[in-house]
Parts: sequence; structure tokens; C-alpha cells
Amino acid sequence: MTFARRLKESIAVNTIRFSALFLALIMAIIILFLAVNGIGAISWDFLTQSPREAMTKGGIFPAILGTFYLTAGAIIVAFPLGVATAIFLQEYALEGRIVRIIRFGVNNLAGVPSVVFGLFGLAVFVVFMKFGSSILSGSLTLAFLILPVLIGAAEEALKSVPQTYREASLALGATKWQTISRVVLPAALPGMLTGSILGIGRAAGETAPIMFTAAAFFTTKLPKSIFDEVMALPYHIYVLATAGTHIEQTRPIQYGTALVLIILVLGLNGLAIIIRTRIRRRQHR
Amino acid sequence: MNGPVPVKTDRAGTRSNRALSKSRRAEKLIKSTLFLVSTVSIVIIGLIFLFLFREGVPIFKVESIRSFLFGRYWYPTYDPPEFGILPMIIGSLAVSLLSSLMAVPLGLLSAIYISELASQRVKEITKPVIELLASIPSVVIGFFGMVVMAPFLQSTFDLYTGLNVFNASIMLAVMAVPTISSLSEDALNAVSRELREASYALGANRWETISRVVVPAALSGICTAVILGMSRALGETMVVLMVAGGAAAIPRSIFDSCRPLPASIAAEMAEAPFRSDHYHALFATGIVLFVMTFCFNLLADYISHKYRQTGTATL
Repeated sequence: MTFARRLKESIAVNTIRFSALFLALIMAIIILFLAVNGIGAISWDFLTQSPREAMTKGGIFPAILGTFYLTAGAIIVAFPLGVATAIFLQEYALEGRIVRIIRFGVNNLAGVPSVVFGLFGLAVFVVFMKFGSSILSGSLTLAFLILPVLIGAAEEALKSVPQTYREASLALGATKWQTISRVVLPAALPGMLTGSILGIGRAAGETAPIMFTAAAFFTTKLPKSIFDEVMALPYHIYVLATAGTHIEQTRPIQYGTALVLIILVLGLNGLAIIIRTRIRRRQHR
Repeated sequence: MNGPVPVKTDRAGTRSNRALSKSRRAEKLIKSTLFLVSTVSIVIIGLIFLFLFREGVPIFKVESIRSFLFGRYWYPTYDPPEFGILPMIIGSLAVSLLSSLMAVPLGLLSAIYISELASQRVKEITKPVIELLASIPSVVIGFFGMVVMAPFLQSTFDLYTGLNVFNASIMLAVMAVPTISSLSEDALNAVSRELREASYALGANRWETISRVVVPAALSGICTAVILGMSRALGETMVVLMVAGGAAAIPRSIFDSCRPLPASIAAEMAEAPFRSDHYHALFATGIVLFVMTFCFNLLADYISHKYRQTGTATL
């Protein structure tokens, strides 16, 4: 009896250990494979030159620049919206029907498939508002995609500000808004910035939302205004890997672009995690 | 020289009513502005519904809802065209279910490992690593499926193409595992320490504690995690676009090529002439996809609210 129990436990525990290890192994294989194959393609020229000879040679500079513009636009729109929503939910609203409806909206927005965001952006920004396929349309689409991420992070940041800060400020005669704007927000700012880094990482990696709203297959000129189309890193990978007549020939460029995108996204997320750990540690002290 | 500080009772005490009501009005204005802004999410959900229907519904003038949903043939450019999305619906369900079969056990077991078995040091490393994995762009996973997994499957199983239901499911599982794992881990962590201690005190070993106390106590959170993971697999676009093969036919085996709903939209939207029947049919496909994931999310929301974990009291 005891032996059977012990055997069962050791089998179960080792199965659990093994699956965790297996998962780590799969992920390591994927990242190492892309790193090993991509590192050869990356050079200074690759990062700073435009594609040449029907995209079979040259670099990916326009795609890097395009991704930069799109994510910058998205965060400029989403950050104030996210922070304002979080302030309302955490500081003003009482739990009740209104809060439940707003939370319902935020949760569901987080679950909308990315391609549906693409359709939404196409129907609303490109067609209805007549922005055309442009940085503006793509940024706005991405902004609503990352909004739930920012709201979540901003709420957490506000929650972590000790209640005594607010009480001290109110006791000094400050109004509620003075308390929020001069005491609570400065204390919560690092957490909110962490959230926006996560949002930027998410926006930089998304492909489907910008396919119909902003991304160009190939353009020789760099964008001059927010109404221009741009190339973007994720879309560039997709295009090179699936379309065109030189799929095998451009393999190194594909690996290189994928590696640049991974480094960018994982780097941003890693940065956010490091900052967050620091903040938490400081609070525990 | 430090004389007595003059107390400004004058200013504080006789602060005029006008100034007070002005600042109150400002406070109210700020509050209502914040409220308005915070409704943006729900407004966007409404706008997504509105615009998908606006651009999608016209297809039902040429194709009945029934034959759109259950039609077996998708020939948008033929004359006369046929718009049946049953193969795509089945393709979507096939890859989501198969990927869940792989991702749910793996995600759940790794969550149990991190939450119940791993040491504090291992925990501190694995938690952020899983978060990082969740952030790998889908286009990169799809790319890996195309250049590595597809040739591997093709040669191993001697197939006509490595781009098929099986490959797409594996890659979707890779995307869904971190979601399922980190959400389940949150649920497991929320189980109170006393429950575990009580179980050990009764003489149960680790596995008995995990399987009969901790997991049942966290079940609602785990269910939510699984549903959200499946919902993510259902709506994931780039992976299925690049790896599933793209044949608009009902797959007969897991080694057949298929075309899930998101892939269909993403692959054809660029070619569909503006406001043609084809364009409207793709938006209608978007409605179907949106409604499916929306139902999944509602279900997850319902479970997490109805069976909310409230510590020991729920057992």
C-alpha cells in the first residue's frame, strides 16, 4: 500500500518535472535555431540599408523605421487612454454595474482576434475615415489592440501606491484630483511605463492588424507623413517567406529579419520585467 | 531671525464660496472626463460589431446565412461564385482542438511544476521566461513552422506537404502553452497555504495533495486559463496563415492541408475588390470568427465570476 502510493507519487512528480523540462526544451530549440541561422545575416549594412534587387539583397532599414513609427503612434494614442481608464476604475469608480460593464469591455477587447482588429481598422480608419492604408490607420488599430495591456498595467501600478499616500495628501487639504495628479500618479509612473514597454513589444510583433491598414509590400521611399504606407518587420518576414519568386534565395534575409524582430520584442519585454522586479523589490523593503 | 509664522487664516478660513464651487466643478469635470475616456473599450467593442456587420451583412443578399455557414465550397472568384465557409469553420475547430490536446496538459503540468514543486530560485527564473515566451511574435512562430517543422514532418511521415493541420496545431500549441501556463499558475498560487498544510498534516504525499486538494481548489481559474488559451488558438492568424497549407477543403486527416477562418480572411482580403461580394463575404467570415471567440471569452468571464476563488471558504 505505502509502496504503491510512493511509486504513484514518484511517477506523477517526475512526469510533471519532465513536461516542464520538455516545454523549456522546445522553446530553447526555437529561439536557438533562429538565433544561429539569423546571426550570419545581421550586419551594420543589413540594419541601415534599403532592400535591393527585388528584395533579394540589401537591408531592412525601411521595415525597422516603419515598425518604429507604427508602435510610436500606437503608444501615443493608447497611453493616455489606458492611464485615464485605470485612474477612473481605481480611484473614482465604486464597484457596481458601470465598473462591471467597463471591465467586460476591457476583457473582451483583449480577446478580439488580431485579424478582426485588422478588419475593424480597414472598415473604420482606412475606408470610413478615409485615412487610406497609412501609418495613421495602422497606429490607431494597434493602439486599440494594446489598450487592455496598458489598462491592466496602469491599474496594477495604481493599486501598488500605498493608501497612506492618498490619505496624507487629502489630510493636507488637497482635492481629489490634486492628490491623484501630484501624489498618486508620480508614485505609479514607473509601473505605468513598464506597461507601455509591454504594449510597445506587443504592437511591434503584430502582423495581421497592419496587413490591410498600413503595411506595404515594398516601397522605395521612406514615409514622409502619417498618411504614407510603410514597410514593417513582421509583415516583411511574412512577405519574404510566403510570396514572391525568390523564397529560397531570400532565406538568410528572412532569418535575419526574424532575429531582429525577436531581439526587439524579447528585449523590450525583458526590460519591462527587470524594471518591474526592481519596483516590487523596492516596495517590499 | 525666526519670528512667529503668520497663520494665514485669512486665506484658508475665508476661502470664498465662489472659489470652492469652482474647484468642485473642476473636480466633477475631471471625473466625468475620466469616465468618458474609460468607456472607450466598450465603445470599440461596439464599433467592431457595427462595422463588421456593416461590411459583412451585404453578402447575405446573394448567399443565404444557411448556405454561407454550411456551404462546402468556397469559390469566390468563379462565375457564379460560391461562398460556403464550412471547410474554414471545420479547419478552425480542428486546429484549435488538436492544439488544445497538446497545449492543455503541457501548460497545466508546467504550471503545477512552477507553483508546487520548483524551488524559489527556479520559480524566479521560470516565471519571467514563460512571460517572455508568451510575447514571441506569431509571425516568428509561423516562420519556424514553415522552414523547420514542415520539412521535418514531410520527410518523417513521407507526406505530400508538411503544411497541414498537424503542423499548425503544434505551432498553435507553442503559442497557447505560455498563456495557459501562466494563467493556471496564478490560479494555483491563489490557493491558500493552509489547504496544502492541512493535506500534508493528514499524511497525504505531494501528488495526493496536488491532485486532490490544490488542483480542485484552483479548478475555476484553470478552466478560465484553458478557455482563454483555446480562444487564443482560435483567433491566432499568422501561424495558421503560414503553416496550415491553405486548402479551402474539409480536412480528412490531420495530415491534410486546411484553411482556418483567420487565414482565409488574411490571405484574400488584399485581392478582394473593394465592396465586392468577395469583400463582404470575408467580413462576414470575420463576424463568424468574432462571435466564436466572443462566446469563448464570455464563457471564461462567466466561469471566473461564478466560481470565484475565495480561499478556504469555497471548499
